[in-house]
Amino acid sequence: MREITEGAIQEVAQKAMLIRRDIITMLGEAGSGHPGGSLSAADILSCLYFWEMQIDPQNPRKTERDRFVLSKGHAAPVLYAALAEKGFFPTEELARLRKLGSPLQGHPDMRKVPGVEASTGSLGQGLSWAVGMALAGKLDRQSYRVYALLGDGELEEGLVWEALMAAHHYRLDNLVAFVDHNGLQIDGPVADVMSPEPVADKFRAFGWETLEIDGHDHRQIMEALIKARTVQGRPTAIIAATVKGKGCSFMENRVEWHGTAPSKEQTAQALAELC
Amino acid sequence: MEKQATRDAYGKALVELGRKYGDVVVLDADLSKSTKTADFAKAFPERFINIGIAEQNLMGVAAGLAASGKVAFASSFAIFASGRAFEIVRNSLAYASLNVKVCATHAGLTVGEDGGSHQSVEDIAVMRSIPNICVEVPADGTSTRKAVAAIYERPGPVYLRLGRPAVPVLYNEDMDFTIGRGIELRDGRDATLIACGIMVSKCLEAADRLHEAGIEVSVIDMHTIKPIDQELIVRKARETGAILTVEEHSILGGLGGAVCEIVCQECPVPVLRMGIMDVFGQSGSPDELLQYYGLTIDKIVENVQLLRKK
Repeated sequence: MREITEGAIQEVAQKAMLIRRDIITMLGEAGSGHPGGSLSAADILSCLYFWEMQIDPQNPRKTERDRFVLSKGHAAPVLYAALAEKGFFPTEELARLRKLGSPLQGHPDMRKVPGVEASTGSLGQGLSWAVGMALAGKLDRQSYRVYALLGDGELEEGLVWEALMAAHHYRLDNLVAFVDHNGLQIDGPVADVMSPEPVADKFRAFGWETLEIDGHDHRQIMEALIKARTVQGRPTAIIAATVKGKGCSFMENRVEWHGTAPSKEQTAQALAELC
Repeated sequence: MEKQATRDAYGKALVELGRKYGDVVVLDADLSKSTKTADFAKAFPERFINIGIAEQNLMGVAAGLAASGKVAFASSFAIFASGRAFEIVRNSLAYASLNVKVCATHAGLTVGEDGGSHQSVEDIAVMRSIPNICVEVPADGTSTRKAVAAIYERPGPVYLRLGRPAVPVLYNEDMDFTIGRGIELRDGRDATLIACGIMVSKCLEAADRLHEAGIEVSVIDMHTIKPIDQELIVRKARETGAILTVEEHSILGGLGGAVCEIVCQECPVPVLRMGIMDVFGQSGSPDELLQYYGLTIDKIVENVQLLRKK
């Protein structure tokens, strides 16, 4: 069992900063992509990759490894940054994001990047994969755990609710789903476009152990992950209140930064803030 | 003549496969009694996963199982497996090149009385348009069993198209079944019939009738629509100079389309496509429907004669 220590919190905070810097740098280089929803998930991924998950960058396909599925696949930069910082591939590779011939596709491709567990990007499908992985773990009597990250806009996809139902039906207590609840989607506030509220109540109604946290508070994320390990016979949802564009003043809570890359000047400004 | 539905053969083949290999898992979407995956569920309940009436999740969960080392067989009716779940098959199974076998039963008109909403007339076309997927349409029970064993051995996604009604058993156990290789059942010089699924046995009967009239046709069981046996198609086009394709599917984009794509580029000869004429089906018994939509031995004979005049 992982412990929450001051040292651990400092480490994930430092990694989250590096991840955020990588996100800005690679998107500036790429000239297109999704900064807002990558930045909002940086603290969750930092806690998963640098504290919670049992994974080995030297042996990325090890059977007993924990698995992470980025169901909101457009946030690929946050995943690539976490994987690179963890040592799955050199950080220099990040500069090739979205370039012709690069393994770093606009949305994650498991066949091209070590450490990517699922080819995602079409919203709603990743949670189904995670259910399948958790079922396989139960079938094989493996103790690995499966983590998925969904967007709040993604909850508008009907497939998500099919997967939620199945995860509860099959009592998948080896499955944890985060919702990166940043409140914004392409066309505007999630509440205006098609509100999934009340999100936590809906997850509870679907039989999930449901925790509500501040998705940028590393201690709260860690506590939720520890709590999830104690839950038996059902999956755990962690509804994480987040800020889209978190860490970059001119991006925070601005819907136009869903899918726009920063210019050279904006990249420099963001990097100056992120240190 | 002995008869067996290809879905029945599928159910039995799955049990055999499950007995041999521990990595086989089977998923269904509340149709296990009809798709015959219930046989597997009874034999290996721990490796059978019912997803409920949720075909998108059926494919997504199969993806996760396959990504964790399982060989997943996911079954539903063809209309839902290829239609409702299309984009999950495309993005989660084929794009990620996963070891999931989509085994779709109740394909084509011969669903029968359930009517047009449940009769997939376009599934071969949409499935074969996806890169990286193999499309199999076996003609009888024996070749279905062989196909199930073969697709287990072949890594990657497969669409296996199966039918509801009992159809004549054409092959013995010692038949040679190879994915991607058509089977030459008759060798005649006057024209070539290329068929798949339940239309293969009708082509054989038509060939016998044509023989009595002094016309010798070749008959090919083209069970693999993708990757299709290009070499055989080109050879038969050269040897016989005329091709009739016959399928229980729309004339658009299915076997007929696949054959035409090859013939027009490699060896242009007249081709006639028999199938469903770009319309939806309706309620009726399987035999009535095949009759109504012109998928009969008489029509095959008639079309061969028409083709020879071209």
